[in-house]
Amino acid sequence: MDIHDFLIPPADSTRRKGPYDRIVMSSRVRLARNLKEAAFPGWAKKPERVRVLELIRPAVESLPDMKDAFSETMDSLSTLDKQILVERHLISREHAAKSAGSGLVLNRDETLCVMINEEDHLRMQALRPGLQLRQAWTAIDQADSLLERKLEYAFNADLGYLTACPTNIGTGIRVSAMLHLPGLVLAEQINPIIQSVNKLGLAVRGLYGEGTEALGNVFQVSNQMTLGEAEAAIVERLEKVLSQIIEHEENARSTLLEKKPKMVYNHIGRAYGILANAHSISSKETMNLLSLMRLGVDVGLFPGVDRALADELFILTQPAHLQKQHSEKLSAEERDLLRADMVRERLRHVSRPIAKPPETSGGLDKPEK
Amino acid sequence: MLCCICKEKEATVHLTQITGDKLQKVDLCEECAKTKGVNDPTGFSLADLLLGLGASQEIEQAGGGSELKCGRCGFTQADFKKAGRLGCPECYKTFSEALQGLIKTMHKGTHHVGKVPESLRQSRDLSDRLKTLQKKLSKAIDEEDFEEAAILRDEIKQTTARLTNTPAV
Repeated sequence: MDIHDFLIPPADSTRRKGPYDRIVMSSRVRLARNLKEAAFPGWAKKPERVRVLELIRPAVESLPDMKDAFSETMDSLSTLDKQILVERHLISREHAAKSAGSGLVLNRDETLCVMINEEDHLRMQALRPGLQLRQAWTAIDQADSLLERKLEYAFNADLGYLTACPTNIGTGIRVSAMLHLPGLVLAEQINPIIQSVNKLGLAVRGLYGEGTEALGNVFQVSNQMTLGEAEAAIVERLEKVLSQIIEHEENARSTLLEKKPKMVYNHIGRAYGILANAHSISSKETMNLLSLMRLGVDVGLFPGVDRALADELFILTQPAHLQKQHSEKLSAEERDLLRADMVRERLRHVSRPIAKPPETSGGLDKPEK
Repeated sequence: MLCCICKEKEATVHLTQITGDKLQKVDLCEECAKTKGVNDPTGFSLADLLLGLGASQEIEQAGGGSELKCGRCGFTQADFKKAGRLGCPECYKTFSEALQGLIKTMHKGTHHVGKVPESLRQSRDLSDRLKTLQKKLSKAIDEEDFEEAAILRDEIKQTTARLTNTPAV
């Protein structure tokens, strides 16, 4: 099956709603599992990886949530297709580099995604829009409980679920949320926030996970330790920290609008100006400016415009998504031209930001419950 | 800023290395930088980067000089030092000594808390039940309550049979 016939168009996926979604873009819970009797993927030879894949794949496909799922081996996907899956945050960059002996099973509504033979035999993740960590944990817990009936996991009473890297043993869980924090960045409060979150044993990463830049003011917050704390406790701890970050972000936005409104309007107005008029623009600049436009929608400077427009362009302007729309191989310069054309076209009917938000607009709103 | 290995001399070599998708910042004095082989990127152990500085030394020391090798997958201590990842689930037994210290520093606890596979949970419950029954049995015998003892003995028999049919932890 062609992955592009399967994937939900960004125009639809970005319109899904979730709690606190003006700040929390998505929630994710991932579990790492391995089979008892096989070497980990990084050490196993190809025949063993293929055998493990052939054992795990049907088990995953048989999950009720995987009805009509997309299921493929990684060697049957092109480099471009894999890159598109990375840009959609459905697979890791590490998994995109895999080929024969690795696989992917993704359900119809893109809420359950299982990577086979990534760093571990199984990396399964549940995804939800907005802040829904508990729901994501419940979903992946259920899938895992069904899988353990068919697959014999590597488990040890002391060390819990055994994983290729000792940093993941125990619960094998990573609970994370993707946050849009332009207020904290503009108010220059982001670094102290990151430091205090780090002190709590949580990691703050950029858009594509470990070692990546926080493009477009998007940050991922997740747990780091997996041994010695139960899953539910980790979920609860993250929820608490996230609700505080949300509050800080809302406060930062309110304070900025109150104390330095011109600075905020200036950033947003210039962002719109460039996006709506540029003829060449890099992916990085686009993301940073779209982030400001998203903030503009949030504070009411673009009446009638949906936040989803910024989110959709955020996905569509990334390199692999742009390349996909053109049959010939594009150079980085050509992509910059086509990206600018696309953004200009999409913003043709979006009026420039109003001079200041109307009194009734959502500028000072607390997040909707 | 002091060197983060010897913690004595001033750090003059500042290294930010991205390996795969991991980012690690290290500040070293010149001497430690040399012994760590920082100038020669291939000599810089990945285990140090993935598992924290000093990890490769710990792995080496715990081996007691002899080269440990996993009996099941053939993964060696040198492989672990190089990759920072293990070969197979059995490696956790083979390298348990080297791992002990590492696990302590990188996690909240040293004992698993949380989800346990259903099949193992059953066997754990059964062995707990067996222990209680055996205690009750010796108490019944002490009190010369042979009627109760006979009932308990049957129950122990059944539980043992069920336990042998369930995979062990």
